[in-house]
Amino acid sequence: MKAAVIVFPGSNCDRDLAVALEKSSGKAPIMLWHRETEVPQDLDLIAVPGGFSYGDYLRSGAMAAHSPVMREVKRMAEKGVRVLGVCNGFQILTEAGLLPGALMRNRDLKFICRDVHLKVENTDTAFTGPYTKGQVVRFPVAHHDGNFFADDELLKRIEGNGQVAFRYAAADGTVSDATNINGSRNNIAGIVNEKGTVLGMMPHPERLIEPKLGGADGKPMFDALVEALS
Amino acid sequence: MKAKVHVTLKNGVLDPQGKAIQHALGSLGFSGVDDVRQGKYIELDLAETDAAKAREAVERMCKELLANTVIENYAISIEG
Repeated sequence: MKAAVIVFPGSNCDRDLAVALEKSSGKAPIMLWHRETEVPQDLDLIAVPGGFSYGDYLRSGAMAAHSPVMREVKRMAEKGVRVLGVCNGFQILTEAGLLPGALMRNRDLKFICRDVHLKVENTDTAFTGPYTKGQVVRFPVAHHDGNFFADDELLKRIEGNGQVAFRYAAADGTVSDATNINGSRNNIAGIVNEKGTVLGMMPHPERLIEPKLGGADGKPMFDALVEALS
Repeated sequence: MKAKVHVTLKNGVLDPQGKAIQHALGSLGFSGVDDVRQGKYIELDLAETDAAKAREAVERMCKELLANTVIENYAISIEG
């Protein structure tokens, strides 16, 4: 699998993603600076990392979504190249129009930094294939703007298409307002595009890839990507 | 010419910051504030001298960058 990690000024999870990808594939991903206008055409996966790209100016992800490298990412995503956006990466992908909806300030206005339980919904993608539908995984979150919004019509479409990948849940898999950490509509923590080739999620799978880090629930995602895309 | 752009959250989109401001006003003793919605105000200095063309350009800027039309509305005023 040939992977690239995009690096914006203010990205801070780019190295974590690179470590996770290298650990699963045995090959270090290419790091692509935001000013790049030429991207290797044989990439299998593009990862858009978490952080505070461009200082979250205007809106989280808004400036990064229009950076030179994102034009290439968009073009390649349209060709079916897999794109994974984590945290700020998810915000960037919605701002770039690669994923529907928007990510707003958390309902309680607080920055949330802790492990959360997620219920896996759609397992029919290269990202979520190794999990089983309804499985509960534990990933860390660290965000201020993770409150997923879509209007009623859009929400219906996202749900109807099975685009929800993860929902904030309790350890036993219950999904309720009490487990909705940030006010996201329908507890949505991660979604895919209609083709299932682009995944955006607020929680960080790359931060839990080995027991030494406190858990390894994120590892299967990277292993599965390597398997599917090699 | 100058363009002034107000970006506001759409009706039906929860505005937690507006709510926090409303509560803060209440605790300061300002009663009767039924709702607060917070938005952004952006001023642009434009080289364009034709008002219609300026509006058209700012409209495109709003759609492409200044506002996220999934959650926000925008209002433009052009001043000579």
